Amino acid sequence: MLRTIGKRIATAIPSLIGVIVVTFLLTRVLPGDTASFFAGPAATPQAIEEVRKQLGLDRSLPEQFVSYVSHLVRGDLGTSLTTGRPVVTELATRLPASAELTLLGLLIALLIAVPLGIIAAVRQGSWIDHLCRIVATAGVSLPVFFTGLIFVYVFYFILGISPAPLGRLDVFASPPPDITGFYLIDALIARDFETFRAALAQITLPAVTLAVFSLAPIARITRASMLAVLSSEFIRTARASGLKPSTVVMTYAFRNAMLPVITTLGMVFSFLLGANVLVEKVFAWPGIGSYAVEALIASDFAPVQGFVLTMAVLYVLINLGIDLLYGIIDPRVKVEA
Amino acid sequence: MTTLSQPEPVSSSVTGPSLAKTVSTRGIGAQLRHIRYVLADNPVTAGSFILFVIFLLAALVGPSLVPYDPLASNTASALRPPSAQHWFGTDQLGRDIFSRVVVATRLDMIIAIASVLLVFVLGGLAGIAAGFYGGWTDRIVGRISDTIMAFPLFVLAMGIVAALGNTVTNIVIATAIINFPLYARLARSEANIRREAGYVHAARLSGNSDPRILFRFILPNIMPLMMVQISLTMGYAILNAAGLSFIGLGVRPPTPEWGIMVAEGAAFIVSGEWWIAFFPGVTLMLAVFCFNLLGDGLRDIVDPLRRT
Repeated sequence: MLRTIGKRIATAIPSLIGVIVVTFLLTRVLPGDTASFFAGPAATPQAIEEVRKQLGLDRSLPEQFVSYVSHLVRGDLGTSLTTGRPVVTELATRLPASAELTLLGLLIALLIAVPLGIIAAVRQGSWIDHLCRIVATAGVSLPVFFTGLIFVYVFYFILGISPAPLGRLDVFASPPPDITGFYLIDALIARDFETFRAALAQITLPAVTLAVFSLAPIARITRASMLAVLSSEFIRTARASGLKPSTVVMTYAFRNAMLPVITTLGMVFSFLLGANVLVEKVFAWPGIGSYAVEALIASDFAPVQGFVLTMAVLYVLINLGIDLLYGIIDPRVKVEA
Repeated sequence: MTTLSQPEPVSSSVTGPSLAKTVSTRGIGAQLRHIRYVLADNPVTAGSFILFVIFLLAALVGPSLVPYDPLASNTASALRPPSAQHWFGTDQLGRDIFSRVVVATRLDMIIAIASVLLVFVLGGLAGIAAGFYGGWTDRIVGRISDTIMAFPLFVLAMGIVAALGNTVTNIVIATAIINFPLYARLARSEANIRREAGYVHAARLSGNSDPRILFRFILPNIMPLMMVQISLTMGYAILNAAGLSFIGLGVRPPTPEWGIMVAEGAAFIVSGEWWIAFFPGVTLMLAVFCFNLLGDGLRDIVDPLRRT
């Protein structure tokens, strides 16, 4: 078992190396003067020269790469021009906000999409099946920033049941004691139900926006994989043996059908992490996405580079986690060399 | 062009790929009949085709038909809700939103088409070379694809535009790069299947060179599937470009573009001026929806076995 896990971790290493090389190359090989880029639009020639030395741009490309990697290893992603704070600390303080939003969005999507896909497959041709199809096609066509704005208009402006889309808590509430960084969980740990309710009210709309976006692929693949499993021989055998239909569907079919769904989660996460940036902008969510967007507009490249690297590393790790999970759930799967 | 009409081998049991040339005249008629049959059977695809024609017309002649100058501001009539005079209302500068939405079609379509064509050429060529030659070519193309896929794609596009510079051209390049793996993988697997096909062996034995085999025999046969891919990626390309301009990359105000118009209207949503963001957003959604449905419909025509 340990060996299998080790092998799986080893397969993630080329991806990690690729990610680091690409984020390095993004700044060094491309047209334009990297130093003036990093020094910012208002920098003097001396300041640009200083940045050039500091980044080691006067040295050869391989040397620069080595120094980039050694900075990375020490957890140094450079300094933001606009805030003057190290990028790593900014990203670390903002990451929980993004993670809480993304994970809650995914959870909502799974809770809706998986049952929808199962029912659509079991009752093929019924209205739920058609609903599932519509959701699967419409979901991928919806611009996530647009759905978010529509939700704000309907639930905040017209119905007034949602708070203003201005971050994780309204200005009068104070955040719960920092334990996990997830306001919902921290508030529960502190038994502060008032804060929990306030945080929940703020996170609901952005999380549902993300969920609507990621529903489609999950529902589609659940339906397809349930259909495939339901027509297989062991299901026929189970049915022929007189097992209850619910037992056949839930115990036998569902567990087998979940494997492709778990694989698709990798792709869903790719969408989610990108959509997260847009949703954070719409809801003024203080996560790493809105940090990167602010930096982009200010032409402040170090935070953007740090953000891209962080997201990519997270994504590689998520995929690794999905692989490991898959191996645990389905022991038949062997690691390909 | 003649071989374009050749149905996929999987969908046709009568005509093998080696008969591509001889059946071409009959093939076009049969294919057209088949397309008409599928469209008649599938009103959704037919509807999306009509929608596609409307978008195409808006992109081609829209700018000369719109009632107002999309850039002309008129503060006297700012923030007006939709009316007979201004069908989609006016924005904070009094610009006519209907005119802006129609004029924006051209730019959005150009971005999407340019990026899809770019990735079609690059990814398609890299893919068929990888599938045909195998070995090192395959490994390099595979490694590049894997590295791109290791990023959340929208985030990579953000990084590329940020690094290359904040222009529309770079949005096109970034959108092409993030779609590269899709095209390369599809072309690779299709070319790989056909590498050992009878007609390729026959072509080689008759003294055709490798490039000639690739372009005259393999490429035409994988074209239908690539066309489906193009249609399916168009929607994603539009969505991606609009997303990038929504966060302030690429297109600059006051240029009319759907993503940036939604971004401009976002500030007014909380005070109830919904129309500024709503109409460009709905148009964007319809465009993406149209291309996705069209792609699904095309796939049904080209590759009936993959119908879901």
